[in-house]
Amino acid sequence: MKKQQIYLDYSATTPVDPVVLKAMTPFFSKKFANPASLYKKGLEAREALELSRLTIARAINAEAGEIIFTSSATESNNFALKGVAFAHLPALRFGMASKSRGKHIIISAIEHDCVLASAAWLQKQGFELTIINPEKNGVIDSQKIKNALRPDTILVSVMAVNNELGTIQPISEIGKICRSANVYFHTDAAQAFGKIPLDVRAMNIDLLTLSSHKIYGPKGVGCLFIRKGVKMEPTMHGGGQEFHLRSGTVNVAGIVGFAKAAEIAVATMRDEQQRISGLANKLIAGIKSTISNVELNADVQNKVPNILNLQFSFIEGESLLMLLDLNGIQVSTGSACSSEKLKPSHVLMACGLRPEQAHGSVRFSIGRFTTEQDIDRVLEILPKVVNDLRKISPLK
Amino acid sequence: MYTNKALQHFKKPKNMGRIENPDAIGEVGNVICGDVMKIYLKIGKNKSGQEIIKDIKFETYGCVAAIATSSVLTELAKGKTLDQALKIDNQTIINALGNLPAIKIHCSVLAANALAEAIYNYFTKNNREIPEFLKQKHASSLRATQREHLPARLANASSKRAGRQK
Repeated sequence: MKKQQIYLDYSATTPVDPVVLKAMTPFFSKKFANPASLYKKGLEAREALELSRLTIARAINAEAGEIIFTSSATESNNFALKGVAFAHLPALRFGMASKSRGKHIIISAIEHDCVLASAAWLQKQGFELTIINPEKNGVIDSQKIKNALRPDTILVSVMAVNNELGTIQPISEIGKICRSANVYFHTDAAQAFGKIPLDVRAMNIDLLTLSSHKIYGPKGVGCLFIRKGVKMEPTMHGGGQEFHLRSGTVNVAGIVGFAKAAEIAVATMRDEQQRISGLANKLIAGIKSTISNVELNADVQNKVPNILNLQFSFIEGESLLMLLDLNGIQVSTGSACSSEKLKPSHVLMACGLRPEQAHGSVRFSIGRFTTEQDIDRVLEILPKVVNDLRKISPLK
Repeated sequence: MYTNKALQHFKKPKNMGRIENPDAIGEVGNVICGDVMKIYLKIGKNKSGQEIIKDIKFETYGCVAAIATSSVLTELAKGKTLDQALKIDNQTIINALGNLPAIKIHCSVLAANALAEAIYNYFTKNNREIPEFLKQKHASSLRATQREHLPARLANASSKRAGRQK
């Protein structure tokens, strides 16, 4: 008998919504033309592309001309940091530090690896970097960003929702601080989109990253919002697509899917988050009543409901993940043993967890297709699995 | 990533738990690195009067590989004379599991060391002469246990480097 599979790793990626898939299908073999072509078939693809752009723009209160499509959130984040930095290169060459010619970048310590690595690379090229640590609850204190600003600061990048903890960052406050200091503010909203309302105008955001596959769209598509007037140096050169900022023939089918997914995400956000919140509460209450020595990493008040990062004492995350998988449940972990680098999660460590606490942390992320029965089944299996591993463990 | 054999040992570990009043205990690793292995031994004698591992149990905190290598180790060691048991090295353990992912090789080293530590403990408790290689192994296990923030594999590599520099 095939075991029932319960997917609780929606923050890693999501299945493509059937409605999204249906919207994409014609653009593979029928409406396949290059949107840059001038004939009718090209215009047909171009129209779909521009409609998609408008849909995405509206979802975050931007204008269509402010959205450029990319291959992923990783590409968008790379471009946000490097594009702004390269636009300031003359400052680096001539050592001048004025508002338009700075060399200092501020990011948070709990950013996704693609932001951390891009910033570290820019530092190697001569830019200066300040990394702000989160408070113990996994939230960045906007005052610390304000204090870190310098006359030569060119960019602040703080994610909207953390991917491991689900903590919501004070991006409105950081946006306000950056705007009044005349410093660009970028936010990676890959985990926030469809979970919390995003308004680039009200939140004073200059650059914002979105990803398709986190919202039931296809993989291989993302976008970057670039507020009109923000100076960016392209990093992908070629045919001049995407307003000369990102060359390369665009992924029309993927983008159409992304837009359809965004449309659904925005329309269903309130109801869906409410439903997921109910499931999450049930899961956490059930876990706390059946398993001892469990802690939620992050405050319930300060996070999106769909992500639950739990710390199980005396056992190690990869073991727990694998034993759950053998029982048909998929989750992820911040343990060192599951990473290629053999280092525990930088997010959990930045929040002040001890390595052994990070090793025992597992993320459950709930999504659109999670049912109440799924949660019941998890509550049936999880205590057993944790108990089995604790029986093997010499730590008590 | 893991072989079926390794997953089997992980799913249904052999000789898991502790022995009451053991003749020896070996413990290696530390919680900071994410692996702790504890081996319990009961020593007996075979028909020719040689000392053998009559019973062996383990407790392990760690990943799939840590648990699987501990489990297969106990199978390999059970019934063996102490001399034979001391010949079980990490390659013996890897072979018994079919294979191990490259980044998990250090778990097999840890498991072999845990058994060596238990035998070292038995020799010490009974005032036996301890072979030179076992003394060295004990010293390096002790260093790895005390070394914080570094996985055993890296700790081993860096102590090797330090050795060369001397």
